[in-house]
Amino acid sequence: MSSRIQSPDASLSLASDAPNLETRRSFLGKSGLVLSGAAVALLAGRDVLAKGNRPAGSDVNVLNSALGAELEAIAAYQVGAESGLLQKPVLNLAVTFQGHHKEHADVLTKTIIKLGGQPVSAKEKYTFPVETLKTQSDVLRFAAMLEKGAVSAYLGAVPVFENRDLAKAAASILGDEAMHWAILRNALGDAPVPAAFMS
Amino acid sequence: MSAAAVLAVVVGAAAAKGELTGDPKAGEAIYARCFACHALAYNRTGPKHCGLLGRRAGSVAGFEYSAAMKRANWVWNRQTLDRFLADPLKAVPGTTMGYAGVKDRQERADLIAYIEQAGRSEVCRAR
Repeated sequence: MSSRIQSPDASLSLASDAPNLETRRSFLGKSGLVLSGAAVALLAGRDVLAKGNRPAGSDVNVLNSALGAELEAIAAYQVGAESGLLQKPVLNLAVTFQGHHKEHADVLTKTIIKLGGQPVSAKEKYTFPVETLKTQSDVLRFAAMLEKGAVSAYLGAVPVFENRDLAKAAASILGDEAMHWAILRNALGDAPVPAAFMS
Repeated sequence: MSAAAVLAVVVGAAAAKGELTGDPKAGEAIYARCFACHALAYNRTGPKHCGLLGRRAGSVAGFEYSAAMKRANWVWNRQTLDRFLADPLKAVPGTTMGYAGVKDRQERADLIAYIEQAGRSEVCRAR
């Protein structure tokens, strides 16, 4: 039977590698190498508004579905981080990935608001199959399963956006989720990239 | 009538209606695409799939459906699932399942066969 857990506070207090994350972000920011998903999506929002178009409701629906899944992923990584099953450096990896999902959720929320929608909130409680998570490998496999699903979900979302810039933003997040999946598989000793195409 | 004969009749009837025979094992792999939002036994971003076949759309207790899905007045069976999975946003405009769909007919048949089989599994029987 699955257990219900309290939704976590959106905090990186468990981020034992927070300074490293900050250093990384600082480097990336200064280097100008990254046009973040946030920038892409927010730009898309401005573009839609600048044209005076009312955004298609379906775009907001798609973004909200993605937001709901991102919020759940944040909660799932919190469960993993607090499980006591993850050892460094895997724990650091999980916290880093959770941070990415927080960034995705933040930009999706802002974009939905910019498009005139009402973003979904994190649930008070999420259900996870915690009774099946007994080892670090169990946690990694569960995370990998969610990340693989996220790749498929974004892959299925990209073609349905009315606004092509939103599709581009979703593809940007998809790339990040795919990297998470590959690295989790690698940590499990599985082939990190098992196929040439995703579905 | 023997089990084999029954199976032959069922397969024959499906073939006559232009339905493809699904492979649950192949469908299980395809189901991995649903993991971002769905689980068999509990609600997530999307509703649970245990008990899906035969269930009225928009009827899982405790799940917050779109108004469109609640109005859809569909009952999930192989045909309605096939239609929905092919293009959810076209089949039920306004659904929150923002997904392009499973475009390959055989993949849909496999996926539906898996969901059908999983509905009889211990995971679902325990619910």
